[in-house]
Amino acid sequence: MFKVKKAGKQSRPKSPLLWLGTNTCGGDALSFMNSLDPGYWDVLTDLIDFRYFYLNMTAEGDMATGILDDAMVRWPGKYILVVEGTVPVKSNGLYSVVGWRNGEPLTALQAVQELGAKARHVIAVGTCASFGGPFAASPNPTGSLPVQSVLDNRVINVPGCPVNPDWMMGTLVHLIRFGEPKLDSFGRPLLFYKETIHNQCQRRHYFDNSIFAKQPGEPWCLYKVGCKGPDTFADCPNRQWSGEHLSWPVKANAPCIGCVNPEFPDGNAPFFEHLSDVYLPGTRVTANRVGAITAAATALGIGAHLTGTILTGRLASTYKKGFSGTKKGLKTIGKLMQGLGKKR
Amino acid sequence: MPSKITLGPITRAQNSCSVEVSIENGAVVDARCGVDFFRGFELILKGRDPRDAGYLSQRICGICSAAHGTAAAMALEDAAQIRPPRNGALLRNLILGADFMQDHFRHFYIYGLPDYVEGPDMGPFAPGYTKGFRLSKKKNDLLMKHYQQALDIARLNHEMVTLLAGKAPHNQGLLAGGCTVPPAADILADFQSKLKKVRAFIKDVMMTDMMILAETYSDYYHIGTRAADFLEFGLFTHPENNQKRYFPSGALIHGQNKEVNSNLIAEHLRNSWYDEEAGAQHPAQGKTIPNREKSGAYSWVKAPRYDGKSVEGGPLARLWIKGDYQRGVSVMDRNMARVLETEKIADLMVQWLAELEPGKPVFKSFKMPSKAEGIGLTGAMRGPLGHWLKIEKGRIAHYQIITPTAWNFSPRDASGQLGPVEEALIGTTIEDEKEPVEIGRVIRSFDICSACASH
Ligand code: SF4
Repeated sequence: MFKVKKAGKQSRPKSPLLWLGTNTCGGDALSFMNSLDPGYWDVLTDLIDFRYFYLNMTAEGDMATGILDDAMVRWPGKYILVVEGTVPVKSNGLYSVVGWRNGEPLTALQAVQELGAKARHVIAVGTCASFGGPFAASPNPTGSLPVQSVLDNRVINVPGCPVNPDWMMGTLVHLIRFGEPKLDSFGRPLLFYKETIHNQCQRRHYFDNSIFAKQPGEPWCLYKVGCKGPDTFADCPNRQWSGEHLSWPVKANAPCIGCVNPEFPDGNAPFFEHLSDVYLPGTRVTANRVGAITAAATALGIGAHLTGTILTGRLASTYKKGFSGTKKGLKTIGKLMQGLGKKR
Repeated sequence: MPSKITLGPITRAQNSCSVEVSIENGAVVDARCGVDFFRGFELILKGRDPRDAGYLSQRICGICSAAHGTAAAMALEDAAQIRPPRNGALLRNLILGADFMQDHFRHFYIYGLPDYVEGPDMGPFAPGYTKGFRLSKKKNDLLMKHYQQALDIARLNHEMVTLLAGKAPHNQGLLAGGCTVPPAADILADFQSKLKKVRAFIKDVMMTDMMILAETYSDYYHIGTRAADFLEFGLFTHPENNQKRYFPSGALIHGQNKEVNSNLIAEHLRNSWYDEEAGAQHPAQGKTIPNREKSGAYSWVKAPRYDGKSVEGGPLARLWIKGDYQRGVSVMDRNMARVLETEKIADLMVQWLAELEPGKPVFKSFKMPSKAEGIGLTGAMRGPLGHWLKIEKGRIAHYQIITPTAWNFSPRDASGQLGPVEEALIGTTIEDEKEPVEIGRVIRSFDICSACASH
C-alpha cells in the first residue's frame, strides 16, 4: 500500500535481524540499548542489519508488517529472529497482536511461528520470552507461553528481567562471529548463566559467618530479607549493571529476586521472604565454620532445613543440570515448561 | 464516502497499538485508538505479598518502571500509614527524576524524531516515508548526529538509576519505606558528574533541536489540538510532606483549575475488551475481566474519565497546571513542554542532591497491615499514574492501576465521548493517504506507551 524508500546497499553485509515485541514491557530492548561498548549505534552500523525493530523502527502500519513478509522471502534461513515477550495462546493468540496484515490482526503466535520456521537462529530475549516470566505468572490470564513452547526449532534463551545489556550483546556477537554459543539444558548461554549468584557474591563471607541484614538497605548478606542468589544462575555480581557495570541489586542493598530463573516470579515470591526450600550448590564449609553456622543459623531462626542442607552439603545434581529451583517453583512452571528441555 | 486508514502497528510507542482513521475531504473526521495486547497485571497481583507489587508492577513498562515503583510504594505506605525518611524521599525523587529524563530523551530523539528527520538509509530507519521532511540537509544531519548522542545520554540516565537503585530498567532500590542505597560520597560524586553531562546536553543541544523543529514545523502548533482539559496527580514529593509536590496536582476542566478529588475517577469498559458487570467504576471497586471476543470493543485500554470528562496528562498538562507554559494545546506544544520539563527536572535534581544528608537513614521498616487500603498517586512520564491497593489477611485482595496512557489513549466511553488522542486526531489534514505521516506526529506528541495503557 505504501511507497517504500529502498533500504540499504551496505558496503559489507550485516546479519539481517528481526526484533519482534510480543507481550512485553519493552525493557529488554531498552536494556540492550544501554550497552556501552559496543553501543547501539555501532551495532546498527557495523554488526546488524536491523530490518525490524518494533521499538525504534521508522516504518509503521502495513509498511512495518510488510518487512516481516519480505524477510521470509528474501532471507529464508538467513535472518536472526529475536522475540521479546511471551506468546499468549488464549483466544487464538489475540491477547497479543503485533500488527495488521491485509486488514486482519497478526497475532504474536502467528508471527513467531511463521518467522521462526524460516529463521537461521531464534533468540528469546528476557525472562518472559525464555520462560514465561511475570505475565505467565499465576493465574496466567492470557495463556502466555515461552517462545520455545510454540516453536520446533532450537531457541537460545537469554533471560533476565530485563536482560543485562552484555548478555544480549554477547550472545548476538557470539552467534555472528563464532556461531551458536554453548547452552545449558535450559537453552541459556553458559557464558553468562553458568554459576550461581551466591557463589560469586561479594557478601558471601557474611552469609558464611551468619551476618545478615534485617531489612533492605543494610550492607550485609540479604538472605534473610529474601535474596534468591543461592538459587539463581547469572553473573550479576561480577558483571554488574548497566553498560558501565556500576552496581547490581545486592550491591544496592536489595535482595536478588532471581529474575533470570525459569520459575520467576512465582517460584521466587514473596520477594522479601527468605527461601524456604533451597539447595545450596557449591557450599564449602570447614567443620569449625559449620559449627558457627549451625549455632548462629538456629539462633537466627533460618530454619532446620537450611542448616541441614549446609551440613549434608547436598550439592547438586541439580547444579550439574544447570538448574536449581525450589520445588514450589518447579511445580508452578511445570506445565509451561513442558517441551522446553526435551528439544535439546 | 470517507476513506479509511488503519495503522497497525504504531511503532516507537513502546509496544503494539493501532489507529483507524476515517478521512473526508483530506481531513480526519473520525478516529479509533486501540492497544492490541494485554497481560493482566491486576489479576496477577491478587493474592500476593503487598511488598511484591512494587517490583512486579515495574514490569508493566520498561521505559517508566520507576514511576510504577513509586506509585506502588506510595500505595503501600498509605496503607501502612508510614512515610519514608527525608533522605529516602529525596533519593526517590532522584531515581524517578533520572528515569524521567531517560524517558524524555528516548521519546524526543529515538521515538519522536524519525517523524521529522530522515534517518540514514539502513534499518531501522529504512524503509520509511519519503514525504513530508522539511529540514535542510545540514539541519537534518545535525539532528541525526544528536540522535546518536542522545542514545548515550539516555543510557547515562539509566546508569544514574543503577547507581542509586541497583539496576535499570526495573530497579530494586526504590521501595515502600524509602530507598536502599545510602548517599555515600563516591556514589553522589558519580551521580553528580553524570547529571552535569546530562544537563549540559539539555541546555546546549536538546533545547536548540526543539527550536529547530518548532520553527520548521510551526504549523504543528495548529495540529493535534484539543481543549485544555488536563489532569495531573502531582510529581516529586517534598521530603517533609508527601502531599506537596514540586509539580502540583490539578484537574483543569473548562479553564478552571481545581483540586484533584480522586473519587471523581471512573473507568468505562463499553468499548474495551472487558466484561462489564456494572457501569463505569471507581478503581477501588473496578474489575478486570478480559474478554477478547466482546463485540464492538476495539482496545485493551479501559476508558478512565474524571468527573465524566476525557482529560489529558503529560508534561504539557503539568506545566500548564503549574502555570509555567500555557501557549496552546497542540503537537508542538506537547513536544515543547516535554523538553522544558526535562530541563526543570534536571535543575531540581541538582537541588535534591545538595539536600541529601550522608549518615542519616534512607529506609524505614514497617509492619505490614493485615487489612488496609492505600492509594498511590504520582506524576509519571506521560501523565497521572494511580495505584489502588486493598490488603486483606496480609495479602493483596484488590489492585487497580490507571496509567497516563490509559487517560490519553483511551477509547470511547459509554456515552461515546472520544479519548484525548482520538479528539486530537480529528481535523488533522492528511496530505497523502499513502504516506500519512501526520497521524504518527499527532499520536507520538502524547508519548504513547501502549505497555502501560493496557497492562
Ligand atoms: S544470599 Fe544473596 S546476599 Fe547473601 S551471599 Fe548469597 S547472593 Fe549474596
